[in-house]
Amino acid sequence: MKRKIPLIITFVVGVVLIFAEFIPHKPFGLISGELEKWYLIIAGFAIILGQLNLFKVNLFKIRYKQQNWQYFILTLVSFSVMVLCGIFWGTQNNPGVFGNGAAIATAMGDKPFDYLFLNVYQHLSATMFSLLAFFIASAAYRAFIARTTESNLLLAAAILVMLGNTSMGSILTGWLPESLKFLHLPRISEFIMKYPNTAGQRAIMIGAGLGIIGSSLRIILGIERSYLGGK
Amino acid sequence: MTHFFSVLGIWLGALFTFAIFSFLYKDNPFYKIAEQIFVGLSAGYWFVYTIFFILMPNLFNPLLQDFAVNWIKLIPAVLGILMLLRLIPSIDWVSRFPIALVIGTTSGIFFLRYLKSDVINQLTATIMNPFHGANWVNVVGQILLIVGTLSGVIYFYFSKKHEGAFGVTAKIGIYFLMVSFGAAFGYTAMARISLLIGRLQFLLGDWLGIINP
Repeated sequence: MKRKIPLIITFVVGVVLIFAEFIPHKPFGLISGELEKWYLIIAGFAIILGQLNLFKVNLFKIRYKQQNWQYFILTLVSFSVMVLCGIFWGTQNNPGVFGNGAAIATAMGDKPFDYLFLNVYQHLSATMFSLLAFFIASAAYRAFIARTTESNLLLAAAILVMLGNTSMGSILTGWLPESLKFLHLPRISEFIMKYPNTAGQRAIMIGAGLGIIGSSLRIILGIERSYLGGK
Repeated sequence: MTHFFSVLGIWLGALFTFAIFSFLYKDNPFYKIAEQIFVGLSAGYWFVYTIFFILMPNLFNPLLQDFAVNWIKLIPAVLGILMLLRLIPSIDWVSRFPIALVIGTTSGIFFLRYLKSDVINQLTATIMNPFHGANWVNVVGQILLIVGTLSGVIYFYFSKKHEGAFGVTAKIGIYFLMVSFGAAFGYTAMARISLLIGRLQFLLGDWLGIINP
């Protein structure tokens, strides 16, 4: 029962959704529409499960005083503050338990949840990702050592695309005569993006698409069962 | 009061920016503090977002507004609660039922979506007359597009050993993939640098007021 019923649910739901695409009559359309709404609701609970699990894991780290456990207190505190602000005073267009939070929004300029989002979360997020600019540069130094034809192509494409999208590209090749305009760096960059890059992306998309179709079939038919766990 | 919170917001932003950038020197307590706050706020943000933008409009509001019509939504609600039982190890197997529904729905949707968008539509877009172009640059580009797509797909076929004519075609496919990865890298690097410029503009403009933001 612990394994068979979930396998049956997966099979029935998957088959109904695929059939619904080819049988545009009642009840298939209705069933597939309703299943997609159910999926959204359960996926919502899954996201909440993830957050609660994060809370639980951090709580255990603090309880058993694992390495750097003091920092995990901050994780729990910031998580709780964000959640409580959202639930008590709501978000920009949604009222919370304490109403619309007009008084506190007037005092702070924004509701507490939005204030934290705009003044802390956004800055942290943007800085964290901008940090990658430095690491990407050091990674490129190691990866772009032009030893083979493949790495040469990678290097050339990256440089041409980057130069073509900056004012430097226009300055470097802006002097070219009209007959050689196709060598203008922004045009070369556009050409790379439009043709060879699209070709590579399409090959990846077709390959990945076929892979996903195969995996979906394996799951629906019950061949792939790893999502049920080991027990 | 609003001015105080506005100034406090800018100072908080600046301090957290420096705390994250301090990692460029080496891992340190300031970075660890900022990192853990980021993790906590992220999780909190998505928690609240899920409640207000997923569960309320799709579950709570329909049930509260018209229970007689929407009672069927109790089924995913119960399945959702079963999903949360995964946190209790002794009865975590119960969560397999909602997971099965999510996996089944995802498989069914993805099967159709990827068949249409990633396979049929891409192949349809590739099957064209390459010589029908406005100028020779377009014609060359379209030939490259067809050759690149087909050779790239051949590269991903691993059931046959890559040797002979098949191997040569697969090799050409790799070249196109490399150009694609290079272009993607270029764009990623530019996006990160533009974020970095944004941070510097914030520090020099909003915080220090040296430049006009």
